[in-house]
Amino acid sequence: MARSCSCNDFNRAALLRRGAAVAGKGLPNIEPGMPMPAGTGLDRRTFLLASAGAALSVYGASMLSPRHFEEGIAEAAGASGPNQPVLVSIFMEGGWDALSVLAPVGEEGNTYETLRPKLSLEAKEALEKGTGKTFVEDPRLMWHPSAAGLAELHEEGKVTAFPAIGYEPQDESHFTSRHYWEVGQLDTNARTGWMGRYLDLPGVGEPNNPLQGLSLDYSLAPALATEKMPVAAVSSPADYTMWAEGLGSPVIEPALEAFGALGALSAPSPAYAQARAASYDTDLVLNKMASFVKSEKESGDKSAVTYPSGDFAERLAVLAAMLHTEMPIKCASLNAVGSYDTHSEEAGTLATNLAQTVTAVVAFQRDLEARGLDQRVLIQLWSEFGRRPRENGSGTDHGAGGNAFLIGTRASGKMVGEFPGLTNLDENENVVRTSDFRGMYCSLLEQWFQTPAGLVIPEAASFERPVLVK
Amino acid sequence: MGVTGHARSNHEQHRERAQAKAKRHAKHHKKKHKHKHKHKRVLKHPKPHRPLAAVPPAPPPVAPSSPPPSSSAPSPSVGSPPITLAQARRLLWRAGFGPAAGQAEALVGQPLEQVVFGLTRPSGEATLTGPEPVEENGQPLDPYDVWGEDHCWWLDRMVRSNQPLVERMTFILHDWFANSNEKVNSQRMMLEQNELFRSMCFGSFHDLFLAVTSNPAMLVFLDGISNEKRNPNENYAREMMELFSLGADRGAYTQEDVKEMARVLTGWTAEWSSEGLHEFEFDTARHDKTEKTLSAAFGTSGNPLKGNWDWEDAVRLCVEHPLHASFFVTKLWGYFIPSPPDDATLASLQGLYTSSGYSIRAVLEAILLHPDFYDGPELVTPPVVYNAGLLRAIGRPIDTNAWTWLSANAGQQLFYPPNVSGWDFSSWLDTSTTKARWEMASYVTAKTYENPWPKEGEPKYSETEEPAAAFANAMSYWGNPLLSSESSACIARFAETCPAGTSKTKWELSPYRAMRQNALRMLIATAPDMQVS
Repeated sequence: MARSCSCNDFNRAALLRRGAAVAGKGLPNIEPGMPMPAGTGLDRRTFLLASAGAALSVYGASMLSPRHFEEGIAEAAGASGPNQPVLVSIFMEGGWDALSVLAPVGEEGNTYETLRPKLSLEAKEALEKGTGKTFVEDPRLMWHPSAAGLAELHEEGKVTAFPAIGYEPQDESHFTSRHYWEVGQLDTNARTGWMGRYLDLPGVGEPNNPLQGLSLDYSLAPALATEKMPVAAVSSPADYTMWAEGLGSPVIEPALEAFGALGALSAPSPAYAQARAASYDTDLVLNKMASFVKSEKESGDKSAVTYPSGDFAERLAVLAAMLHTEMPIKCASLNAVGSYDTHSEEAGTLATNLAQTVTAVVAFQRDLEARGLDQRVLIQLWSEFGRRPRENGSGTDHGAGGNAFLIGTRASGKMVGEFPGLTNLDENENVVRTSDFRGMYCSLLEQWFQTPAGLVIPEAASFERPVLVK
Repeated sequence: MGVTGHARSNHEQHRERAQAKAKRHAKHHKKKHKHKHKHKRVLKHPKPHRPLAAVPPAPPPVAPSSPPPSSSAPSPSVGSPPITLAQARRLLWRAGFGPAAGQAEALVGQPLEQVVFGLTRPSGEATLTGPEPVEENGQPLDPYDVWGEDHCWWLDRMVRSNQPLVERMTFILHDWFANSNEKVNSQRMMLEQNELFRSMCFGSFHDLFLAVTSNPAMLVFLDGISNEKRNPNENYAREMMELFSLGADRGAYTQEDVKEMARVLTGWTAEWSSEGLHEFEFDTARHDKTEKTLSAAFGTSGNPLKGNWDWEDAVRLCVEHPLHASFFVTKLWGYFIPSPPDDATLASLQGLYTSSGYSIRAVLEAILLHPDFYDGPELVTPPVVYNAGLLRAIGRPIDTNAWTWLSANAGQQLFYPPNVSGWDFSSWLDTSTTKARWEMASYVTAKTYENPWPKEGEPKYSETEEPAAAFANAMSYWGNPLLSSESSACIARFAETCPAGTSKTKWELSPYRAMRQNALRMLIATAPDMQVS
């Protein structure tokens, strides 16, 4: 089916099957309840799944929770240091119109006006008024007035632009194309996200740290879906607490421990495993977040930067605060404001959503700079495809080559691939791509995460590596 | 209880934020579509839309202990096995919204086929038993005009209708043809579409697809009214093939077919006035009357590859496409059974579908009677179904509209699917939505919790309740749902080892036991076992 796939249930199922096999055959001399030394071949979750139920019954009244086992193992695994690189991935859902974000108003021969009699009017007006700034690396292109903040960062050398990124053959389905980007390969059956596979690598992911892959959203971003390591979705980090009417101390604490323990029990099916893992991970996040929530409320950590209003900006503000308190985040994911699937009424919709997204992203970058975190954070803006050069009336249909940007103090600031122009479109009358998203991922892995790309991206050797980091 | 007070204020903020968001969207609505044309064919809905059902006040909610008698249901075939408790529970959760207290037990022993037909062949109009839905202040819901009350209006039907499968199928069709009020921006249009799904959910998929294609909410959501012969808009053309009838990445259509199908579908329009969009019509002057060409993938069905088609042909061409039947039965199957059908089952379902004239009911009955439904692995229960199920279990009517934002936080607000492919039914549960389900369960229990700190003169909670009795009482609160033995053992250990189970201090005895009771109810409702069926 064409749904976007994070498909945790499959992953968890595989994990559980493996866990059962190991528990049955691999290490038969482990007694129920015996704490497992780190590094004996079982990962932490497998160990817990195999033994937690028994462990609890053995320790009985002391209610030794799975959490106690983790502490030692966590130390062995090594906590994330404050200097670890962080990638913040922001998805512009729906396929944003690259030809409006960077409008080719300066292309010779009036091609833009011909293809876009209506939409080009607004661009022309912005050009005349001076609200649309020239893209300095290619003066044919003009930044959308709503992206003025990006223009400013670009002039500071903090934006690496991809004016026509994509892949071939282009799939114009939202769901297939976005899935390709999420899993980092052209495979509709892939079940792990590209960032998820990075987090699954030995020495990268930590088995007790769901915050290492953090969706700031109401649900998990598919690009973060892992096979082995826990990851988290937290819609409002400053409010990650659980309570109930008539339930207080000293009963709620053991109740929440039991809630987590229920998540560590065995599961007979993928759906069950998804439910168990979610409870287990929720308990882990609850514990990780407790100190942050407390410090947020008490110290009232104030940013030096004023963010615009709205959920998206709030989430970025909290993310900056979390990074500031050295929360162990490696990859974070957010959805930008609004939808970019502008089949109709494009001009107004795009201007509004783009402005809200860009002002929040720029505030986030300025906040990172003010906090001295800007050397370790890169921001990625991406979308599943660009849109058709020829407008359809008041909007545009699905296309091919689109925009992506990397933003950060350490971004190379050098455009990757050129803008190919509107006179040599592909057979479907779409913009020809001049860079490949898998090449971007490979470079991010190697230059930013210092990780061999071949461990994460299939056929990594076949992709060019643009310089993305300075 | 400082924690409680604080948490509440946060919840208030969530709701205010959500409402503010809704207002912002309302503001964004712009004037559009003022074309005037002479040649118009006014849309006739396939069935008149009934007004939203008004239900007379009735006694407190008691779900029927067995399905309503169904005059159209035939006698069960000889040898239809008696339904077991586990089967009845699964059927009630997957083909409805969970059992009310005692409902599953009452079905045990009846022939399976009779129970299924009771769901698939209801007679007459649905009846809704129990108090009518109201918001916090006891006022009736205003589903057309108040943000979120559309969600609660439908949730109420899920909780109270004696035709639960009709509501469940309506819910499935809302995901299948996923339109969001985020763009449609008219609760009235969304509810009219909802009524369309409800009235056609057991009929012919071909008829349904025609009605959906010409449905105002859909014409707005996928830009049918912007699709005009000089400026074809591909939005509906693509999704009608990719998501509604044929599926992506299986060779059913080409990019060129999307372009051609967009031309086939040209012609719809609407008028705009201060009251919003209305007069949705097929206007021949906006329709592209020139010949269109479809790829050979369509041709193998025996249809010509070229034709001067219109929107009704577009629907027919999709339904008659050789890859449609397999798409339809697999997609419908997936809403009820997580493991894919084997080849023989797939073939027989496809045969049933085409030979029955694209009957949704025929395929549905075959799925609900299939052994895989009862013997196969669990499915994760969607957030709205979970919410309705908890309310049904304790017999609580809709008496607040908080369910809207609570459900949204859990990943599902009715009338607001995340995009045109609907919700992702394969990944409902993560650390955000699991926390939200806890929150939802805490609201469900909030009017019937045991007060640890009663005022002078109010009854105190038991000082002597033993752990096992406490657990049993909490299970009974939820109508004794099914928990695995491991989960039961884990919760039982909590009952024994938490302070209420160990404290000997006199003043702690009652309040800690009340808290333990509340905690046990929460642990049962949020246990992984309760998230699946």
